[in-house]
Amino acid sequence: MAEYLRGIFCLVRKELLAILKDPASRNVLLLPALLQSLMFGYAATFDLKQASYALLDQSHSAASTELVARLEGAGTFKRVATLQRPADIDRVIDEQEALLVVQINPRFAEQLQAGETAPVQLILDARNSNTAAMAAGYAGAVVEGFNEDWARDHGGGHPALSIDSRAWYNPNLETRWNLLPGMIASLSVLQTLMLAALSVAREREQGTFDQLLVTPLTPTQIMFGKAVPPVLIGLLQASIVLLVTRAWFQVPFAGSYLTLYLGLLMFTIASVGIGLSISAFSANMQQAMLYSFMLIMPLSLLSGLYTPLRNMPVIMQALTLVNPLRYAVDLVQRVYLEGVGFGAVVSDIWPMLLMALVTLPTAAWLFRHRLV
Amino acid sequence: MSPAATGFWLRLLALTRKEFRQMVRDRSNLAIGIGLPIVLILLFGYGLSLDVKNTPVAVVLEDSSPQAMEAISGLQASTYIAPVLLSSMHEAEALMRAHKVDGILRLRSDFSSQLAAGDAHVQLLVHGGDANRARIVLAYVQGALAQSGMRQADRAVRGGGGAGQVTVEPQMWFNAAGDSTYFLVPGLIVLIMTLVGAFLTAMVVAREWERGTLEALFVTPVRPNEILLGKLIPYFCVGLTGLTMCLLAARFLFHVPMRGSLVLIIAASMLYLLVSLGLGLLISSLTKNQFLASQLALVTSFMPAMMLSGFMFDLRSVPAVIRYVGNLLPATYYIELLKTLFLAGDVWPLVLKDAGVLAIYAACLLVAARLATQKKLG
Repeated sequence: MAEYLRGIFCLVRKELLAILKDPASRNVLLLPALLQSLMFGYAATFDLKQASYALLDQSHSAASTELVARLEGAGTFKRVATLQRPADIDRVIDEQEALLVVQINPRFAEQLQAGETAPVQLILDARNSNTAAMAAGYAGAVVEGFNEDWARDHGGGHPALSIDSRAWYNPNLETRWNLLPGMIASLSVLQTLMLAALSVAREREQGTFDQLLVTPLTPTQIMFGKAVPPVLIGLLQASIVLLVTRAWFQVPFAGSYLTLYLGLLMFTIASVGIGLSISAFSANMQQAMLYSFMLIMPLSLLSGLYTPLRNMPVIMQALTLVNPLRYAVDLVQRVYLEGVGFGAVVSDIWPMLLMALVTLPTAAWLFRHRLV
Repeated sequence: MSPAATGFWLRLLALTRKEFRQMVRDRSNLAIGIGLPIVLILLFGYGLSLDVKNTPVAVVLEDSSPQAMEAISGLQASTYIAPVLLSSMHEAEALMRAHKVDGILRLRSDFSSQLAAGDAHVQLLVHGGDANRARIVLAYVQGALAQSGMRQADRAVRGGGGAGQVTVEPQMWFNAAGDSTYFLVPGLIVLIMTLVGAFLTAMVVAREWERGTLEALFVTPVRPNEILLGKLIPYFCVGLTGLTMCLLAARFLFHVPMRGSLVLIIAASMLYLLVSLGLGLLISSLTKNQFLASQLALVTSFMPAMMLSGFMFDLRSVPAVIRYVGNLLPATYYIELLKTLFLAGDVWPLVLKDAGVLAIYAACLLVAARLATQKKLG
């Protein structure tokens, strides 16, 4: 047994040295994780902070001035142009000078005074429909505030209904709080999977894998030796992202680190198992890299990190069941933000364990029974 | 034609033919060049959707009076919200913890008496596990309730005339239905052009450096220009194949409108393909190592094109620093150009600006790649 473990240990040491001895590949393993988590931490936001708008006020009344003042006082809307004619709207929107045009009709004040409904037109550039919908929502909220005050000042009844709203787990509803924990799992998967696939493919290409097979090491030992280094590197990368999330962006951590790392360990092992299996299909490094990449694209797009799984058609939802990243993203987000305990994430852990138990022995078997 | 020029064309033809054969022989190249675009088209077209539809929201009715039913009537009509009627808060909280519902709307038992007194409060909880969706749920529920709130307020003062109110009439130009496929598909084209141009090319050429087959080419009479062109042409064709597939899918599968001219879309894509190929060639000559080249290509081209170009996250929403970084990326201009050409039409000032920026990038990167490819050994 001790001899067996020593064999594995020697191989792990050799693999780690092979990866880490080259300063360039050392940097490529650590820097991207750091840079990307910083960059995406800042970029990842769906909250519209500033919307440029153009005003077409045909009413020129006290009421319309009051509405505009409210709109600009909200902080989100910044006026970039004041239009005189409706014909100008086309140009401002087409050339993306403004995200939206607020058009106030000539009869606005009259209608309002008469107790009628006074429509305000919002013309939105929906080339990005998400942003446009958000801007419309903000403008709607401003108008609602205006209505309440108008009704109070002009003898109407104030709305009898008020809504007290609160968000669980993410009080200010910051996209960053959701995305960064998800990144802890997803940023490392690309390189972990590729490293595992490459470690075998490189030896195949250079012919040293055959030498490895004639050593006293068994395929299982070789498998462990090849699996441990990428698992360690994957966990290291995940820790870098965790550190950035926790220390730099100060996203509060609600769960237990033990549960988090247990989940991450399962996930990295499953990814490495997939990576090692890929190498069996690859004749050289280039193929190993291309195949890993081809796999990672759907894995990350179907992980639920970018778009909710529930929005997907049933058949795609079924496909996500064999995606380890789907479980990992769910696990990390729930442990990190919601602070759930081990019991709540067992349903995420066992599928990953199952994947590891299938892919790793398959990879070991394929070492000797190569396909290409 | 002068003998020198004839030599150039002969050598270029020979090299290009060799590169094409080499490319077709390796299945993995075709997998990325043709297979990945197909997979991505299907994923983006059918798998990804940012639209919120039928979001389950628990409605806890501790008060089952007609007034309470009327207050929530707006929710039932909405296509965005699928209310789940419950009677106990415990049950609702359990559903929310299991993330079976995205929000809880609670009307307490004294709702109708509060309403009669003119001051009713309802409680709305949303699940922050997906901030974007939570924000949309908040907006829709508030909108639906505000309408019924207004109706009740109107009724309270009926006879007294009532005050006028302002309504918002939003018009979504270019994408009236707010369909996210409309901006995902142009984004998809950018990703595929970036992948084929930068990632695939960087790796393939770096492999030749690594194995020394480029050095073998150096001892032949071919010039560096010819080597570069010989590499550019086949991958340019792969990129165009991907583009054709995307355009067909956009037109016939996803029915994204094409309001600008097709010629401009193709011309812009060719320009961007040159930018991306230039970057790939530059990376490969600088690293001369497959693994480094592929990682560098991912980090400098693919990931930023996905995250920082305004495709996933609108540059109008990000902090200023990220916006500056985004404005340095050629992908940002290409994506703006494609979105405009697909959805808005031929807006010439925008087209000229973006195409100009892309042309400058293409020229600089190709020149840099040429300078980095010297016909001598390191």
